[in-house]
Amino acid sequence: MKIYVPRDAAARALGADAVAKAVVDQAARRGVAVTLVRNGSRGMVWLEPLVEVETDAGRVGFGPVEVADVAGILDAPESHPKALGLVEAIPFLARQTRLTFQRVGVVDPLSLDDYEAHHGLKGLRRALGMTGAEVVAEVKDSGLRGRGGAGFPTGIKWETVRTAPGDRKYIVCNADEGDSGTFADRMLMEGDPFTLIEGMTIAGISVGATKGFVYLRSEYPDAIEVMTEAVRVARARGVLGASVLGSGHAFDMEIRVGAGAYVCGEETSLLNSLEGKRGVVRAKPPLPALQGFMGRPTVVNNVISLATVPVILEKGAAHYRDFGLGRSRGTIPLQIAGNVKFGGLFEAAFGLSLGAIINDIAGGTATGRPVKAVQVGGPLGAYFPVAKFGTPFGYEEFDGQGGLIGHAGIVVFDDSVDMLGMARFAMEFCAIESCGKCTPCRIGAVRGVETIDRIARGDAAAIPLLTDLCETMKDGSLCALGGFTPFPVMSALTQFPDDFARAKEAAE
Amino acid sequence: MLDSQHPLQPRLDEIIGGLRGLEGPLLPILHAVQAEWGHVPQEALAVIASALNISRAEVHGVMSFYHDFREEPAGTHLLRICRAEACQAMGGAALAEAAKARLGVDWHGTTADGGVTLEPVFCLGLCACAPAAQIDGRVVGRVDADRLEALLKECCA
Ligand SMILES: Cc1cc2nc3c(=O)[nH]c(=O)nc-3n(C[C@H](O)[C@H](O)[C@H](O)COP(=O)(O)O)c2cc1C
Ligand code: FES
Repeated sequence: MKIYVPRDAAARALGADAVAKAVVDQAARRGVAVTLVRNGSRGMVWLEPLVEVETDAGRVGFGPVEVADVAGILDAPESHPKALGLVEAIPFLARQTRLTFQRVGVVDPLSLDDYEAHHGLKGLRRALGMTGAEVVAEVKDSGLRGRGGAGFPTGIKWETVRTAPGDRKYIVCNADEGDSGTFADRMLMEGDPFTLIEGMTIAGISVGATKGFVYLRSEYPDAIEVMTEAVRVARARGVLGASVLGSGHAFDMEIRVGAGAYVCGEETSLLNSLEGKRGVVRAKPPLPALQGFMGRPTVVNNVISLATVPVILEKGAAHYRDFGLGRSRGTIPLQIAGNVKFGGLFEAAFGLSLGAIINDIAGGTATGRPVKAVQVGGPLGAYFPVAKFGTPFGYEEFDGQGGLIGHAGIVVFDDSVDMLGMARFAMEFCAIESCGKCTPCRIGAVRGVETIDRIARGDAAAIPLLTDLCETMKDGSLCALGGFTPFPVMSALTQFPDDFARAKEAAE
Repeated sequence: MLDSQHPLQPRLDEIIGGLRGLEGPLLPILHAVQAEWGHVPQEALAVIASALNISRAEVHGVMSFYHDFREEPAGTHLLRICRAEACQAMGGAALAEAAKARLGVDWHGTTADGGVTLEPVFCLGLCACAPAAQIDGRVVGRVDADRLEALLKECCA
């Protein structure tokens, strides 16, 4: 009997370890031979811990499982009140298009054999039979754009590094995932680490880099553990090393742990941190692609960008590009979080409307109260009111509404949220996390908190000051931390003016 | 420099020796030092600096830039509560207030008995089971005041 209990951090945060132990104990007590697999999460967080039992018909799910449920699941699975039927038939999962996440939750994360049995390494094997230029052309043709936030075409970045002069080049994976409401990188690294390793290796051989780093935030101890072990396995099995899969191409990588600075997700700050310096932002140019880690040509890509490359090589650029909307090609792992009934990861082609995501897929709020605001794209993303629910999920479409998709985190708030408070938080966060190099960000954010506090005390004259301050931060900041903090602040102010006026009445 | 009798020295040399060959070894060394002693002892800075051929001020500058590195040891238990938006949407601010009141400390504070240090964290990637917290490395989701009380009782009463 094969039983799956996720080892994903969200599942563990909801009690998966105790459930896994109960499975082992109860099976032993019954004399049932059980193979326990600690898989990744399927992304249906409201069902975690989601226990799966392998049957002839497929994997049958139970959730959310508590320790007390385990005996019943072993004894009478069909009639168990928490039985969910075939996991892949659960609508939340069945409605998705899983390309990047095809194996997450399915495989044993640290079994390279399981990985290969589920199409793993096909992309790399194909890439090894192509020239670097051909691989880069394929990535370009797929239309893949950076999933870390800026949406820059991945193939074009690779081409710059490939053609840059230099005998040493690097692949740096940005696994700093600091945005609130995002966990796709974490889920992928915990649930299918070989995909990231494969993607980085393809990047390495195609641009001529022999060394890679994953800069992984310290807040993710589980991901650090799984990635570290996966790199060890990949090296032992010849996927990484002096001759990748016997091809004669060398590529190896290291896992490096961040130290709790949000700004280190910004690529130049990340490179400084990786070099052992303070994580301050570097002025651009020079582009990291030309002078990155240690001044060498460097690809810096988000986890999801890199982890999407294997499936593009496996199925071909056209297969990927045929999904999507406008200039947003392929699929995007939406992360639905905050006050929602059905939160988790939903990979779908670009183009779903924000309203469909929140109402149909996420089932509205967990509290049952009306939605008031939705922040898309992390702490630097705009707040959307319900009136903008028609906006289709795509880079240009969100930009056109004064927002951004960022890393595709969607945080839902019900009508109890105070938007002045959220605007203040955005400024406070910027002040805490500013790297300090530029004044508009470092000082502006502190002034921003003070100005919002004046508005809260009923000083309406401070509203135009806040607007001016946001303009200054937008135009004068060195990076998007100071430059984009005005998005949540100004969207709160313009879309929810009552929250700023009500504060005034309260004070009078 | 430490004299060779200093109690930190042998282990510190071992840590630095194992990591100094890395490209950009400073963060890995600081993490390893903190993992060993629970903070980065002042005396370690000069040793690291001389091993890496940089100034002590530079090591200190790097260390102080990052929220993770501590100059003083934390309490016996470290409680981190997420302050970020998704957790706020599910009552994270109230949870934080409850924790502060229960422990009688503000952010970054340690209880009088040295039992618990309270730190803010900006997202644990548990945003779909918010509010989230972490106690001594163990993550917990959907934390409310009762759950918090149970966790504190479990680890330190
Ligand atoms: C303040 C700030 C934080 C950022 N945080 C992240 C992050 O956590 N992860 C990430 O991939 N990109 C982050 N970015 C974007 C990176 O600078 C960069 O655009 C990205 O890593 C490039 O990879 P991509 O093209 O694959 O998206 C951040 C940018 C800024 C300004
Ligand atoms: S916002 Fe709290 S865990 Fe992500």
